[in-house]
Amino acid sequence: MPHEEDIYEDHVLDHYEDPYHRGVCQSATHSHEANNPLCGDVIHVDLRLTPDGTIAEAWFDGEGCVISQASASMLMEKIEGKSLEEIRRFSADEMLKLFGPKLTPNRQKCCLLSWRVLQSAVHSPVDRESEEASSDRARFGGPSLGEES
Amino acid sequence: MSQTQAPPPVQEKDLASYRRDFPILERVVRSGAPLAYLDNAASTQHPRVVIDAIEECYQNYYANVHRGIHTLSEESSERYEAARRTIARFINAVSPQEVIFTAGATASINTVARSWGDANLSRGDVILLTIAEHHANIVPWQQLASRVGCRIVFAPLTEHYTISDEVIRQHLENDRPRLFAVTAASNVLGTVFPVARWCKMARDAGATTLVDAAQFVPHHRTDVQSLGADFVIFSGHKMCGPNGIGVLWGRQQLLEAMPPFLGGGGMISKVTTEGFEPAGLPDKFEAGTPPIVEAIALAVAADYLESIGLDRIQAHERELCRLADTELRAMEGVRVIGPTPDLKCGIVSFHITGVHAHDVAQQLDTRGIAVRAGHHCTMPLHRALGLSASARASFYFYNTREEVTRLIEAVKELRTRFAPTGRRRRS
Repeated sequence: MPHEEDIYEDHVLDHYEDPYHRGVCQSATHSHEANNPLCGDVIHVDLRLTPDGTIAEAWFDGEGCVISQASASMLMEKIEGKSLEEIRRFSADEMLKLFGPKLTPNRQKCCLLSWRVLQSAVHSPVDRESEEASSDRARFGGPSLGEES
Repeated sequence: MSQTQAPPPVQEKDLASYRRDFPILERVVRSGAPLAYLDNAASTQHPRVVIDAIEECYQNYYANVHRGIHTLSEESSERYEAARRTIARFINAVSPQEVIFTAGATASINTVARSWGDANLSRGDVILLTIAEHHANIVPWQQLASRVGCRIVFAPLTEHYTISDEVIRQHLENDRPRLFAVTAASNVLGTVFPVARWCKMARDAGATTLVDAAQFVPHHRTDVQSLGADFVIFSGHKMCGPNGIGVLWGRQQLLEAMPPFLGGGGMISKVTTEGFEPAGLPDKFEAGTPPIVEAIALAVAADYLESIGLDRIQAHERELCRLADTELRAMEGVRVIGPTPDLKCGIVSFHITGVHAHDVAQQLDTRGIAVRAGHHCTMPLHRALGLSASARASFYFYNTREEVTRLIEAVKELRTRFAPTGRRRRS
């Protein structure tokens, strides 16, 4: 049974208030951004990959609830130095475990947002010319995380 | 739509009696706290009479309608058509034939977009919406626009979360819309728009009108004739009825001229290998096995609401809204997203500085208080307001002042829950 004080435990609030690598990575080679249509949370991930496919730097930025932002910070801290293969193998269950407190299914979506963005970011090399043109385009379609009403 | 005299107020003993009708209101939530259900704009709960009606149908007389020459089918058909007459009376339709049962409010709007829209709109035509519309009253028109090449124009909000007649008049004059589709009450702002007046203005300007009354019908006496719209749509599950059913009301002449949308059994008068002839109203728009039990139970819900009195329901919700709105507005760090209580229904949306709506809802849930958090299927509205999400408390006639007080106390507490305290990450 999840309980509020269990979800907002010290470890989570520490990352929320003092996040790891929140900001922009000027030398990013890969980058991706997505939102959670349930609540409007947004996470942007910048990665700098070495030629041999290791994550040299991982940065995030975004807006959203404590769960989505703190989990993104934990993920960035975790993945630096990992190989692409290790990232691919890093499952959703492992992400939930990394976060720690047990989450209800709807809150798991908040926690998994940065993980989803990371999994796409490793396949999204930065194209500096088209980046600016597309940065404000509206997003339609895509996988729904479910929203009634 | 108008109230001639003040209804007798809902007393404590009335409230206690209403609440006894809703078994679910007795339960506690995960944390063990008693439930305060303040998410009625998303979906309302069901009184015992509605639950019993569903059970009675399945237990005693359920069968497919309009098909069998056997006792159960005859009984089901009779109850299904009686439900249509009840709903027609509930909204003061001219005839039950104008009442189409659909899968929900969304399906009702899609039916109009696909049927009336495809048949009547073409390249260059304009559809006028407001920025306060629910996605259900935006996306079907965007889909129509991409099919036929028409254009959508959104009327903006004032800083007071209302829209002036003048803005509507200008849009009607300048854009000459063929269709004006508008919500009677915003599911986020709570604003009750003067749709009767706007429908008249639109009609005079030659536009067809659709009123999304999903947040209006459950809480106000509704008279589609005095409303003056061409289409009015609403859903069952926001008025104590089952989900999976909605209503499309349309003027008979318009509905008769429209082609059917979904094809299948029940909507034809004749099918050959060469083609088909559609049935008359209302069957033409009810292809396939309709929501039989849902329609029967919806009629029971409508009768139940009438037994309480729509005017009393509206007055009680307004009182709860006034209490919540006044207290929340007075709190530092809280922004109420909506007009003052005299301009809205029982919906109070708010934003707490520095606390995401999801975290608000999570913490309220621990205290047993169910609210909605997110963009409430109104992303364009939230974008226009400069918000990504908000929290929303929405009331119904079974909510109490005590529940509103619990909400207020909880919000007071959690305003500072995530304020910076100089925390550092630990390794």
